[in-house]
Amino acid sequence: MTELERHSYDVVVIGAGGAGLRAAIEAREQGKKTAIICKSLFGKAHTVMAEGGCAAAMGNANSNDNWQVHYRDTMRGGKFLNNWRMAELHAQEAPDRVWELETYGALFDRTPDGRISQRNFGGHTYPRLAHVGDRTGLELIRTLQQKIVSLQQEDFEATGDYEANLKVYAECTITELMKDGDAISGAFGYWRESGRFILFDAPAVVLATGGVGKSFKVTSNSWEYTGDGHALAMRAGATLINMEFIQFHPTGMVWPPSVKGILVTESVRGDGGVLKNSEGKRFMFDYVPDVFRAQYADNEEEADRWYKDADNNRRPPELLPRDEVARAINSEVKAGRGTPHGGVFLDVSSRLPAEEITRRLPSMHHQFKELADVDITKEPMEVGPTCHYVMGGVEVDPDTASSTVPGLFAAGEVAGGMHGSNRLGGNSLSDLLVFGRRAGMGAATYVDQLQERPKVDEADVDAAATEALAPFELEGGENPYSIHQDLQQSMNDLVGIIRKEEEMERALGRLAEFRGRIAKMTVEGHRQFNPGWHLALDLRNMLTVSECVAGAALLRQESRGGHTRDDFPEMSPEWRKKLLVCKLDAEGHVNVTEKQQIPMREDLLELFEIDELKKYLTDEELPTA
Amino acid sequence: MSYQGKFRVWRGDSEGGELKDYEVEVNEGEVVLDVIHRLQATQTPDMAVRWNCKAGKCGSCSAEINGMPKLMCMCRMNTFAEDEVVTVTPMRTFPVIRDLVTDVSFNYQKAREVPAFKPPADLKPGEYRMQQVDVERSQEFRKCIECFLCQDTCHVIRDHEENKESFSGPRFLMRVAELDMHPLDAADRQHAAQDQHGLGFCNITKCCTEVCPEHIKITDNALIPMKERVADRKYDPIVWLGNKIRRRPA
Repeated sequence: MTELERHSYDVVVIGAGGAGLRAAIEAREQGKKTAIICKSLFGKAHTVMAEGGCAAAMGNANSNDNWQVHYRDTMRGGKFLNNWRMAELHAQEAPDRVWELETYGALFDRTPDGRISQRNFGGHTYPRLAHVGDRTGLELIRTLQQKIVSLQQEDFEATGDYEANLKVYAECTITELMKDGDAISGAFGYWRESGRFILFDAPAVVLATGGVGKSFKVTSNSWEYTGDGHALAMRAGATLINMEFIQFHPTGMVWPPSVKGILVTESVRGDGGVLKNSEGKRFMFDYVPDVFRAQYADNEEEADRWYKDADNNRRPPELLPRDEVARAINSEVKAGRGTPHGGVFLDVSSRLPAEEITRRLPSMHHQFKELADVDITKEPMEVGPTCHYVMGGVEVDPDTASSTVPGLFAAGEVAGGMHGSNRLGGNSLSDLLVFGRRAGMGAATYVDQLQERPKVDEADVDAAATEALAPFELEGGENPYSIHQDLQQSMNDLVGIIRKEEEMERALGRLAEFRGRIAKMTVEGHRQFNPGWHLALDLRNMLTVSECVAGAALLRQESRGGHTRDDFPEMSPEWRKKLLVCKLDAEGHVNVTEKQQIPMREDLLELFEIDELKKYLTDEELPTA
Repeated sequence: MSYQGKFRVWRGDSEGGELKDYEVEVNEGEVVLDVIHRLQATQTPDMAVRWNCKAGKCGSCSAEINGMPKLMCMCRMNTFAEDEVVTVTPMRTFPVIRDLVTDVSFNYQKAREVPAFKPPADLKPGEYRMQQVDVERSQEFRKCIECFLCQDTCHVIRDHEENKESFSGPRFLMRVAELDMHPLDAADRQHAAQDQHGLGFCNITKCCTEVCPEHIKITDNALIPMKERVADRKYDPIVWLGNKIRRRPA
């Protein structure tokens, strides 16, 4: 190994979205020398795509809101499969995390009395989402980015070097984690620009790599979302949970083809937009499931009154949790009541004055105008489900965000458990902040307690380098772009929104074939900024993640949240008690095993009415009155 | 509805390069970035291009299309005639790394030179109160997606490498304006705008506003008001007198 750049840090954060930046801020504030590594330029992470807002029970818009109500909503949204401790911490700490952003310079939209304005969203009882128009994710990422810069300015004052304690390695990709025995000792990767290798010697690594959407054909996710953190964790010996639960956001663009999948924010519905089929019918009233009948209106009059008087009316069914709305749209289209381009209509033009639409939904107005030639103040949008978020991820300790591997932490979308079987809109940005901070703190504490710094094994470094260069070695193999397209098509067709045993078995068969094709693929050109090579390396990760999704989905014989089985349409209280855990075996194959959930703490159980608990829990689990 | 489009794309690296011609399929509803991706997938797997969200939200795919600074993801193919040659070149103001990818580190350096938001000393988190009308001015500037097209087009630095040191460019002058107009920022921004970020170089030709994909009125709402604030301060006789008195040695 001749050309290898080496750096030594206390904490290395992989990923520079909301979770990664918040983790890095915390680690640096705890006095740890910290590196942030991102595949893209600094400030471009997928967090910018978040539109609607950040859920936090501040009670600014409705003073009845508090963490207990937020906790209940989150558990309901996830169909009670959530890790209850994570949901508890999240609901309790989210307001502090949002207020803290204001001290970093964030400018949220305001209430008339000058506080942070909060908006309605699917599954949230009260207006709860702190927001900036429909570009909240951009505000979040820019605020955290500017806080990083501000810490660097402090370091510059003290040392004369901006990067003395906190440095961003942009356009750099990690391909392997290094271990010393059981514990993490570093991370190995390459610079995208030059293709040269880089090694970080570090006892603690925080994964904040986001999700896995690029394994699916129709997705709202960007190219970065290739499940890197999920796969890195697996290869380092950590476990993943809940991988069968994939969120299909109900409203992605369906036309033109080149933008199929791009997100249309839930705020359109939160602010009054309604879903209609080709017959002009507001069909969501036909799809309110029994568990939600008490909270959702069964007629248009009541639903419309709710926007003005939420305390005395039930919510419009357009604001059901995302899994319900996505399935409903899917059913309407299958029944032949879809739009010309295979979606349904989302109409805000007949519901709000044009100027109100452009004020509240500026990005949506802009996006449809520029990309689809549609003026949303005058005509309805065509929308359909798009792969948006993976609920599953690295199994972590709720309080410290530590994985099962010492020194390996995970936060944000790459971590599993918080959202159960389905995430509520708005709970992602708050998740990033709450658990990003906890991961940074967990990593710092872990480093403080270490007796001896784990060492990087040079043989592992050589092996990682050889593996990374393998796609250049073969000639005449397939090009990675065509393998990627086939993988996406298979996942979309066979492990998509509605699943069947036979199709998932077929998917697993195909994935085994992909393993062979990926081993033999060929990359042209050289190492300098070569997207073909980058994709080839990401493909391995997408494959591992796809195997987890298909494997876990095949085993779970029920329908719950982001996992709908045509052959097992009911939700089963017995299955609620079980988590499916993915782990790599010695040969590198994905093993899926069952694990019992820890029962919910009694005081949290008491936050629910017994009648509601009966819908989710087995008789033995119910509290004894 | 598809046709063979004629594309001319700059290929090369920091050593040099050239425009290369390609014929590539174009389908209904596509944008320039789709066609660049099809080139990658079918003819030029190693063509370097930056992109992320493909929805005009991240500001990664900046380039010059027929000489105009634009986001490739927001440039629709139906704005060109079918037989028109579409020329795609990297942003000219920044050094080329490879093909359409440029070294934009200049912008990250300039970002560091703008002192961060200074929180008010007397308010705890959760106690901030601001009116919507007062935050809206800075909110407009915070719509910026950092595509750096304004920096690319600004004639102060576009062909004047020598000005880069003393001029932060429209993006970061706007950042200074954003902080200056933040209702609770406790720092003084106006001296620095002129002295450290080169506001005086700007002669308000509005090129930055024209290329902004977020339609931020950079010149009218950020740069001109900032110039006025700096000028007021410099030429206001009371301020002038105050400065003289305060500067007098004790």
